[in-house]
Amino acid sequence: MVGLAATFGSGAMTNSINDFDEADLFLVTGSNTTEQHPLIGSRIINAKQRGAQLLIIDPRDIPLAKFADLHLRHNIGTDVAVLNGMMNVIIEEGLYDKEFVATRTENFEQLKEVVSKYPPKTVEKISGIAAADLKKAARMYAKADKAMIAYAMGITQHTTGVDNVKSCANLAMLTGHLGRAAVGVNPLRGQNNVQGACDMGGLPNVYSSYQPVIDAAVKKKFEDAWKVEGLDDKPGLTITDMMDAAQKGELKALYIMGENPLMSDPNTTHIEQSLSNLDFLVIQDIFLSETAKKADVVLPAASFAEKEGTYTNTERKAQLAYQAVSPPGQARPDWQIICAVSKLAGYPMDYASPADIMKEINSLSPSYGGITYERLSNNTGLQWPCPNVEHPGTAFLHKDKFSKGLGTFMPCEFKPPAEMPDDEYDFMLTTGRVYYQFHTGTMTRRVNILEREAPEALLEINPDDAKKLGIRNKEKVEVSSRRGSVQLKAEVTERVPPKVVFSTFHFNEACINLLTNSAFDPVAKIPEYKSCAVKIRRCA
Amino acid sequence: MKRTRSVCPFCGCGCSFYILSEGDRVVGIEPSPENPVNKGMLCVKGWNAHEFIHSPERLTKPLIRKKGELVEASWEEALKLVAEKLLGIKEKFGPRALAFLCSAKVSNEENFLFMKLARAAFKTNNVDHCARL
Repeated sequence: MVGLAATFGSGAMTNSINDFDEADLFLVTGSNTTEQHPLIGSRIINAKQRGAQLLIIDPRDIPLAKFADLHLRHNIGTDVAVLNGMMNVIIEEGLYDKEFVATRTENFEQLKEVVSKYPPKTVEKISGIAAADLKKAARMYAKADKAMIAYAMGITQHTTGVDNVKSCANLAMLTGHLGRAAVGVNPLRGQNNVQGACDMGGLPNVYSSYQPVIDAAVKKKFEDAWKVEGLDDKPGLTITDMMDAAQKGELKALYIMGENPLMSDPNTTHIEQSLSNLDFLVIQDIFLSETAKKADVVLPAASFAEKEGTYTNTERKAQLAYQAVSPPGQARPDWQIICAVSKLAGYPMDYASPADIMKEINSLSPSYGGITYERLSNNTGLQWPCPNVEHPGTAFLHKDKFSKGLGTFMPCEFKPPAEMPDDEYDFMLTTGRVYYQFHTGTMTRRVNILEREAPEALLEINPDDAKKLGIRNKEKVEVSSRRGSVQLKAEVTERVPPKVVFSTFHFNEACINLLTNSAFDPVAKIPEYKSCAVKIRRCA
Repeated sequence: MKRTRSVCPFCGCGCSFYILSEGDRVVGIEPSPENPVNKGMLCVKGWNAHEFIHSPERLTKPLIRKKGELVEASWEEALKLVAEKLLGIKEKFGPRALAFLCSAKVSNEENFLFMKLARAAFKTNNVDHCARL
């Protein structure tokens, strides 16, 4: 999100899910769309059947690749080099949108200079992509009228995550694939309300609608509305920094609502030490998650079906969900728990209902100004920015100008992943999810059908490597990094290229994040889940 | 049988479905045909989004750690302990010794209130969530 905010001034999916029905070409990179966003994946397949083109840049042979016109399987972590190479070809062959570049963007000369260092032959050496294929991909994307870029965590979960995103943004600006229907740069968000949690100011540097905490006028506005003095005017800690501060003893208490960092964060051992080092840990959740077992106090919350509220999807659309049943036992909706804690802490917050809270959000958050319960109860959702109750919502961003005025080219140089394979740790491990499970498995592992289809962690390994190591399909292997080791069954498959293995973080009995590297992007603080060095041996 | 409009709790697509319930028991899921995102379709996770709701492992009472073990407690006791401990740490070490993690799983209203709790009640910007993870 930081990458898009820097280039365009707004960190969110530029276009809409319905645009997938209108586009002529899709560039899908770092997204296993059919498995992780199935309903978007199926739209891409439908589009392909009506004649749209599909270009995939992904090291793994994901299911969507079967439908691709061209699939570039680059070396893990070489995304910047590949995207720069495409831009090199596009500029070299004069295929860029000269009018768009001249009227809507700035910093083109600097982009030109940086990408000039990435001719196809050079990129071939870095990424393993044949020069001819790179040229073909560049021409396909540049020549298409309506070309959409869709990406997910395969782009962001690198130490160069922000650079990867900026490079996608550069490519879209260079070719004028922005500010219209069925184009754009479209990050597919992984959780049902990750967009909303950001929009509501669940971030250390901004209030709702991305209003900066360091802005004195913003601070004053919230102090007046909330009837408090002395709001903190310096950005707080990111989750990555919180864990480090806890380990150092600077952070004493952590209150976690509906998250399971012990399973989801990199380098589990480090997280475990950090959490144990706290004086006080509060967890508010629907299950006793791995993290909750470490808590001093556990507060039972209502699930989505047991309360009313709005959720904002990946295309910036808020939708209203109603209460179907009562919470079990004494469990309570999160909003009621928060109000009760606040009251006891000497700051009473009184709301009659979620609708009442939304009124405050409307008044304090410009992009949500017109997203009211009255409207949401009568429609299928509203996309922000939606500044007032007459506004229909916004299907695509940056129509006549970018949120920040001109779009800024932010060229990036290629940097390799933080931890590369060596003689001892000779494989690269990359992680993700499978179709039948979700995230740390707290919900999906309690569903019979899903557990039947994907009951255990598997390590995908290429047949060539499996043969060399004497590993047969479904045999148990041990995979180790410098941080830990895990035993799980091997799945011998060509989905992964040689010297790369893949696994998931759904399964607590084979917690893959014991292995992953907590090296993170210096700006966004996203950990490098997508690559770390490991070694593999067959268990006797 | 009651039909209640809801939003799928898994990925970011935002598919809309109806929760089918009888009394306080959820019995099934029915995709919403009029919603432009999923147009009457769902993936296998969405079709089964109701099952974990009635899992016997759901938390139903507050728990407090006593002598190393998590034991059941009343809401009154648990909430009082949370407020007192957080206030105490804030007094002794300052607001920066506290941190709050919002959730990509709860509603907009709840995330807004949680960040308001951190910022207005405890005066800290140590607020984040797993967007970067």
